Amino acid sequence: MKPYMKDPANAAMKLHYEVAKDDFARAGEASSKIKSVLKQLGIEGGVLRRIAIAAYEAEINLVIHSEGGTVEAFIKPDCIELYIEDKGPGIADIDLAMTQGYSTANPAAREMGFGAGMGLPNMQKVCDDFTIESEPGEGTRIKMVVNY
Amino acid sequence: MHIQDLIEKHGFVKLSGDDTAREIKRVYTCDLLSWVMAKGKSDTAWITVQTHNNILAVASLLDFACIIIPEGIQVPEEVIEKANEQNVILLSTSLEGYEIFKILYEAGVR
Repeated sequence: MKPYMKDPANAAMKLHYEVAKDDFARAGEASSKIKSVLKQLGIEGGVLRRIAIAAYEAEINLVIHSEGGTVEAFIKPDCIELYIEDKGPGIADIDLAMTQGYSTANPAAREMGFGAGMGLPNMQKVCDDFTIESEPGEGTRIKMVVNY
Repeated sequence: MHIQDLIEKHGFVKLSGDDTAREIKRVYTCDLLSWVMAKGKSDTAWITVQTHNNILAVASLLDFACIIIPEGIQVPEEVIEKANEQNVILLSTSLEGYEIFKILYEAGVR
């Protein structure tokens, strides 16, 4: 897998959102805003859908699993890039975390219908390019690219 | 089948949203949100027993036609308010999932 690298070159527009830990009430707002900007730009429905899924799953992961983090979208001439960065706690075994059905979500999150262990696999599935890096004790960084 | 048919012919109660002329092309039921995110398609009527804010984000991100809350489950007032803000149609019915499927199937949603 390629190393995580933020590439602001050619970005016609950059969107930046803070996502707070355990903030279920506002979860989905960043993804909804990204989707609505892209819709206004006339981005095609299939691409829109893939970006919406990738951004939403990432945002929900920040709420459920992280100490808080950011969702950024770079809108480029040929693709959209999503960058997800959090403040911890980091993932010890990325392969295990990427396994469909594996989840460490707590019972409260599961009662709300989260924690199916599908978030990361869904994100990877809808992207043309998916990079994840994580250090326990530090944090997780994910880059997702969806081409038009 | 249009959303207004469920309201006018089958007694579904509209809790939020405006666009009742919208067509329902598919029906789906599941309460695991990531599962729905992975499988959901546009113009779907989504049946779920979940009644918190996050169902609104899922429905609007996937461009669903409406959310149907079955079995008379109460939806919190703040969720209805938020649904109105986001223009998501929430419908309430006392029917169970299977009965709802039958109505939509018989109306030609297949």
